[in-house]
Amino acid sequence: MRHIFALVGLILALTIAGPAAAVQPVTSSAPPPDVLAASAPPEDGETINVRVRDDETRENVAGVDVTVSFEGEVVGEETTDADGVASFSVPQTGEYEIELDLETLPDELADLGVAENPFTTTVEPGTPRTVAFRLQAGLGDGGPAIDVPGAGFFADIPWRLAPQYAVSGLRFGLILALAAIGLSLVFGTTGLTNFAHGELVTFGALVAYGLHVIAGLPLLVAAPLTILLAGAFGWFQETFIWRSLRKKQVGLIAMMIFSIGFSFFLRYGFLYLFSGQTFFYRDFSGQAGIPIGSVTIPPSHIFSMVLSVVVLLAFAFSLLYTKTGKATRAVSDNPALAAASGIDVDGVIRVVWIVGTALAALSGVLFGLTQGMNYLLGFQVLLLIFAAVVLGGLGTAFGAMLGAVLVGLLIELSTLIIPAELKNVGALAVLIIILLVRPQGLLGRSQRVG
Amino acid sequence: MDFGSILDTALGNIFGIDTIVFCLAAIGLNMHFGYTGLLNFGQAAFVAMGAYGVGITVTYLDAPLLLGVVVALTAATVLALLLGIPTLRLRADYLAIATIATAEIFRFVVRSSTFDDVTGGSNGINGMAREFYAINPFGDGTYGFGPWTYSERGLWIRLVGVALIALSLLVTWLLVRSPWGRVLKGIREDEDAVRSLGKNIFAYKMQALVLGGVIGALAGIVLSLSRGSVQPDNYATQLTFLAYTALLLGGAARVWGPVLGAVILWVTLSLTDTVLRGAVGAGYIPTWLMDGVQVGQMRFILVGLALMLLMTYRPQGILGDRRELVLDAR
Repeated sequence: MRHIFALVGLILALTIAGPAAAVQPVTSSAPPPDVLAASAPPEDGETINVRVRDDETRENVAGVDVTVSFEGEVVGEETTDADGVASFSVPQTGEYEIELDLETLPDELADLGVAENPFTTTVEPGTPRTVAFRLQAGLGDGGPAIDVPGAGFFADIPWRLAPQYAVSGLRFGLILALAAIGLSLVFGTTGLTNFAHGELVTFGALVAYGLHVIAGLPLLVAAPLTILLAGAFGWFQETFIWRSLRKKQVGLIAMMIFSIGFSFFLRYGFLYLFSGQTFFYRDFSGQAGIPIGSVTIPPSHIFSMVLSVVVLLAFAFSLLYTKTGKATRAVSDNPALAAASGIDVDGVIRVVWIVGTALAALSGVLFGLTQGMNYLLGFQVLLLIFAAVVLGGLGTAFGAMLGAVLVGLLIELSTLIIPAELKNVGALAVLIIILLVRPQGLLGRSQRVG
Repeated sequence: MDFGSILDTALGNIFGIDTIVFCLAAIGLNMHFGYTGLLNFGQAAFVAMGAYGVGITVTYLDAPLLLGVVVALTAATVLALLLGIPTLRLRADYLAIATIATAEIFRFVVRSSTFDDVTGGSNGINGMAREFYAINPFGDGTYGFGPWTYSERGLWIRLVGVALIALSLLVTWLLVRSPWGRVLKGIREDEDAVRSLGKNIFAYKMQALVLGGVIGALAGIVLSLSRGSVQPDNYATQLTFLAYTALLLGGAARVWGPVLGAVILWVTLSLTDTVLRGAVGAGYIPTWLMDGVQVGQMRFILVGLALMLLMTYRPQGILGDRRELVLDAR
């Protein structure tokens, strides 16, 4: 019965931000991703969406004229909006030719081109067609992609960018480490693989956004408040959800599936409240980078790295030397033995949930500071957190930190060789390779794996 | 609100394409999770093998549909082998993480522009169902009655889908009551006990993974043919977890569990969707509380709630037996 109350409370808590969020103008025209909707699109006419973006900065480009032709006849002319999108309603299915007017590109992008212009696409019944044009340097108007003959696989790796990528990777890894600790500790003390952990990261990012931009608090006030709220949320979850599931003797796999349900509930609750837009904090955004050697870092990124290191060190210290920290490690090792030695196991687990959620929220705030944030932020980093935790050793806090930093470096440095859109693939591949060759992870003990 | 049309839409979902697709995906998961206890969180990858197998063969290689189906089922088998060799020896939660990671790797790769001449990148593949509808035995016209009125295309794809479900159910039913099926259930209950009887656990698990994966690929074939296109983001983790919801709702380790679960899931989702949409449209729900876009998002919030409540109060689902399905990892 207590779960019902817990859920109702949670719904209420989430609804508080509702009216405020609903007032926000919805500028994004992107439909909610992947709804696998049963409802068919209207039968009369088909849709072509054309999106223009700068491939390097990944920014959408507005004000570009786009022409759509069908069998040689122009059937539509539009200019891309603030999201870089031009939408066309076309009367029938078939082959359409889509052409960008590269003369209308903004001045600063005037020397960019696209690989194929005009572009021919086939419109199928009932499926909106989206065509993305990526503006790149070195491509002429309608010319093919530049081809350097005889260049080897490693010949065009931009090594001079390596230090910059390494710094980005370190930053990403340190922030990821904050999130990974909670997942690893919860697993260590309760055996639960919490698939809703990513949503705790989203919680931090979006609640801070709500307090900061919607409620108007400065970020330096909103962020600590968010972390306090996250701690309270962790306590709330442990007290009303996870502890009662344990008391009910719900099996670990059932609890894992429960956590998937919980993550759906939270993730789409965030989508409901905050829409699918990508948000940025108002404070500290768009800072100019400070050149340090061959690397340029904005002050907010330096700050988030320093803060991550300080928090991680403080956490490591308390885990090693304080009474609660020692108790936590004892419970991770052997809960039954810990309980028999007089350690308050439930108390330790409560602390783990509070601290783990607060750290996840801090990582969410810092992710929000260094990149955009939307309702999918946590889910996207969840698999990277898994990769980090498995790499370091599931259930070990120090392993989680080490794994996260390595994963962060790997993700960013791998973009020297592979396309940026595939950078997460490398981290996930490492996850599987680690499971193959050393399933207990770098710092784990082999007996943990059955 | 027009309750007649709301009911019509809901009843129509009994034979909806989504119902058929998730039913097939869940039958595959039932083989993995229900009977063998394998926590496969990467069913989306197997479904995608079906869709991309057919799509790439038919459009990129310009080969006949039948070859596409063969390629799709082979691809699912190969994926099961590749996935199974490293992960089947691991504990359940590691298997879950490894499979979900594999499914996402596959999706990232097919939607990347690096391979878009083969996979179509984030646009996916279009125009792959022509041959399928060209061999449609039904002439132009509308068929059926009441909520189940379909065009000749709608009837043809549904008929194929239901036939595949029937086939998969028959195979499942025959296999799980055979000695082979009893070994699977034994593995689920106590691996060490079965190993001590001299059975090769790894081989049995692998066979179950391949079989369930191939059934999952059938779901992908039906989904892609019904739409005539393959969209990479349809094969994200939501697909896996919706299929799990269908399976757990109906009851894992029961032949009819996935069917019942998929039908109830989609009828309920359609019912709540149309009722909420009607209530928003008629002004019963103020727009600051919920608008048309947010109605669509309620679907996943409800799925999340359903999973949580099921796992708390009735992990065996509607048809299942609690004693048979003690879900535990260690």
